[in-house]
Amino acid sequence: MRHRSLLILTTVITTGALTLTACGSRDGGSKDNSGGKKTVVVIGVDAPLTGSLSALGQGIKNSVDLAAKTANKNNEVPGIEFKVEALDDQAVPASGQANATKLVGNKDVVGVVGPLNSGVAQQMQGVFASAKLAQVSPANTNPALSQGDNWGKGEFKRGFDTYFRTAATDVVQGKFAAQYLFKDAGKKKVFIVDDKQTYGAGLAAIFADEFKKLGGEVAGTDHVTVKETDFSSTADKVKSSGADSVYFGGQYPEGGLLADQIKKTGANVPLMGGDGIQDPAFISASGEANEGDLATSIGYPVEKLDTAKKFIEDYKAEGYKDPYAAYGGYSYDAGWAVIQAVKAVVAANSGKLPDDARAKVVEALGKVSFEGVTGKVAFDQYGDTTNKQLTVYKVEGGKWVDVKSDTFNQ
Amino acid sequence: MHELPQQLANGLALGALYGLIAIGYTMVYGIVQLINFAHGEIFMIGGFGALSAYAILPTGTSLLIAIPVMIIGGAITSVAVACAAERFAYRPLRSAPRLAPLITAIGLSIALQQLVWQFYPDAKKAVSFPEFKGAAFKITDSLAIQRADLFVLILAPLCMLALGVFVQKSRSGRAMQATAQDPDTAKLMGINTDRIIVMAFAIGAAFAAVAAVAYGLDKGQINFEMGFILGLKAFTAAVLGGIGNIYGAMVGGVVLGLAEALSIAYIEEIPGMQQLGGGAWSNVWAFVLLIVVLLVRPQGLLGERVADRA
Repeated sequence: MRHRSLLILTTVITTGALTLTACGSRDGGSKDNSGGKKTVVVIGVDAPLTGSLSALGQGIKNSVDLAAKTANKNNEVPGIEFKVEALDDQAVPASGQANATKLVGNKDVVGVVGPLNSGVAQQMQGVFASAKLAQVSPANTNPALSQGDNWGKGEFKRGFDTYFRTAATDVVQGKFAAQYLFKDAGKKKVFIVDDKQTYGAGLAAIFADEFKKLGGEVAGTDHVTVKETDFSSTADKVKSSGADSVYFGGQYPEGGLLADQIKKTGANVPLMGGDGIQDPAFISASGEANEGDLATSIGYPVEKLDTAKKFIEDYKAEGYKDPYAAYGGYSYDAGWAVIQAVKAVVAANSGKLPDDARAKVVEALGKVSFEGVTGKVAFDQYGDTTNKQLTVYKVEGGKWVDVKSDTFNQ
Repeated sequence: MHELPQQLANGLALGALYGLIAIGYTMVYGIVQLINFAHGEIFMIGGFGALSAYAILPTGTSLLIAIPVMIIGGAITSVAVACAAERFAYRPLRSAPRLAPLITAIGLSIALQQLVWQFYPDAKKAVSFPEFKGAAFKITDSLAIQRADLFVLILAPLCMLALGVFVQKSRSGRAMQATAQDPDTAKLMGINTDRIIVMAFAIGAAFAAVAAVAYGLDKGQINFEMGFILGLKAFTAAVLGGIGNIYGAMVGGVVLGLAEALSIAYIEEIPGMQQLGGGAWSNVWAFVLLIVVLLVRPQGLLGERVADRA
């Protein structure tokens, strides 16, 4: 008998833990303001809402939620009530795939915003393509997602016509970073580290190619494993290689630790990375030693864009618990793109949502064009954003400060 | 090869940390034959306990005072959680099939992570931990030892020594050995085996708290997920050294730490092995070593001295 009660207790604890995970990942949309017969349309969100990347994921979820609320308040699409269903992928590709299946199963979902990680997106694309459900990622930067696996050889082939993104690809970002480090910062000898993930390894490879093309030297390469924390051996390799800078392809949890541990060896070299490390947590979580580290990020700093002022105000007014983080503006624009596509579809169908709404939304997304939080939002023939603005940030006084913003052209 | 001393120092410091955590696995296994997979989380909770203790101290307290306070705070938290886990999750399952407590441990591990994630302020991402200020100690041109590494390199042997004396000499320590050999007979001889088992959990948890403070001081941050990988590594170290043997845990930890550091630095310098070196492959080489050791010595490097019961 004791065993049984104990088993029950354990089950309760485990279930409790799982329930806690689920907490806060769903937002009850406001149903009250119409009273009439509005058609409910759901925008799905998939992002890491728990785990070490949750700071970014919560920002994505809230920003899409804000887009939906704004659309409802302004009656953006007459007769349509937008709701958000947010699912947690914990940055795990398999969870992303399961979430994609779940969203496809919900007949009210007409478009999905997410995911954060390129590796997760790979697993979701196929599911959405076969269901003709549009997906707009605010943060994926791996070129292969839209331009096909052979993009590096100059063969561009769009694999999934349901896939769109508001983020610029790593090709743009990696080259931009290499040019900044070589020309503006004057570094000639770089040590390259990546985290073996789709995003990190891809970005590091593009950076390395461009850096060599410019005439720089790659002093050495190494890889780290995600979720590990001791990189002291790699840090010492950096030091003994005599490199004058480090490029890291990966996310901020490993990036922050690596930067810190390299500085601790006494090698006084800056670490540069992509948008994955451009987060306050990169600085705060690893002591004081990050001064002078660099990161590129997509778009101009949200705080400096006139178009973003209203977004920032509205976001504050809603009182979300977590900040909008690095991808808030892009998530809002991604959500708004879906809303605009729905608007076009509904307008073309005399004010009603057609039966094949999903396929129509995919079609309409390709033609969407509006002034968003991050600038002009439109997609090219691969589903990539036409907005190629980038910014280099530098750690100064314990904060990311933007040092150079530019529009990238090959 | 001029960086060899530095890589050895890195490996030793990492290994000492593994060893401190591995004590918890090996003590519990030695006495109740349970692999306490929640031990990584006990380590993590020790870190958060230490951080809470630090938060209570007035700002600007010197680390010399703060470190003992953090160790005590961390140890109180982790011991409390470990004892509660033993009492409510493991003890009722003691006579159940072996798989039941194992699964319970995994469930407990997830639950503990999630509880910290949910309820500790700002624990949804990495939280800052006080760090040693000042540069590393430069021994030679090619060898500099970080202050935090020195801390763990001094503390780990001291802890081991204290534990060794306790187990060999004290009354409770001998009772512990007796319980490990044969719990039923030990009970007949008047030993309160329940108390001994709680003690094993508590000692393991206290060592984990010390490890967590050392980890935090070194990395400058802790997070709610950190127990998973470190716990797995420490478990590996315990098996490598011979699970059930407390000295084996430390030896296993050091061997594992050295194997990782050296494989990151040198495998890629072997001609033809370039693709198999670096940080990407360090775990692979560490486990290759584990398999080789277990093939030659299935009982681990130092082996369990106590004969396993039938």
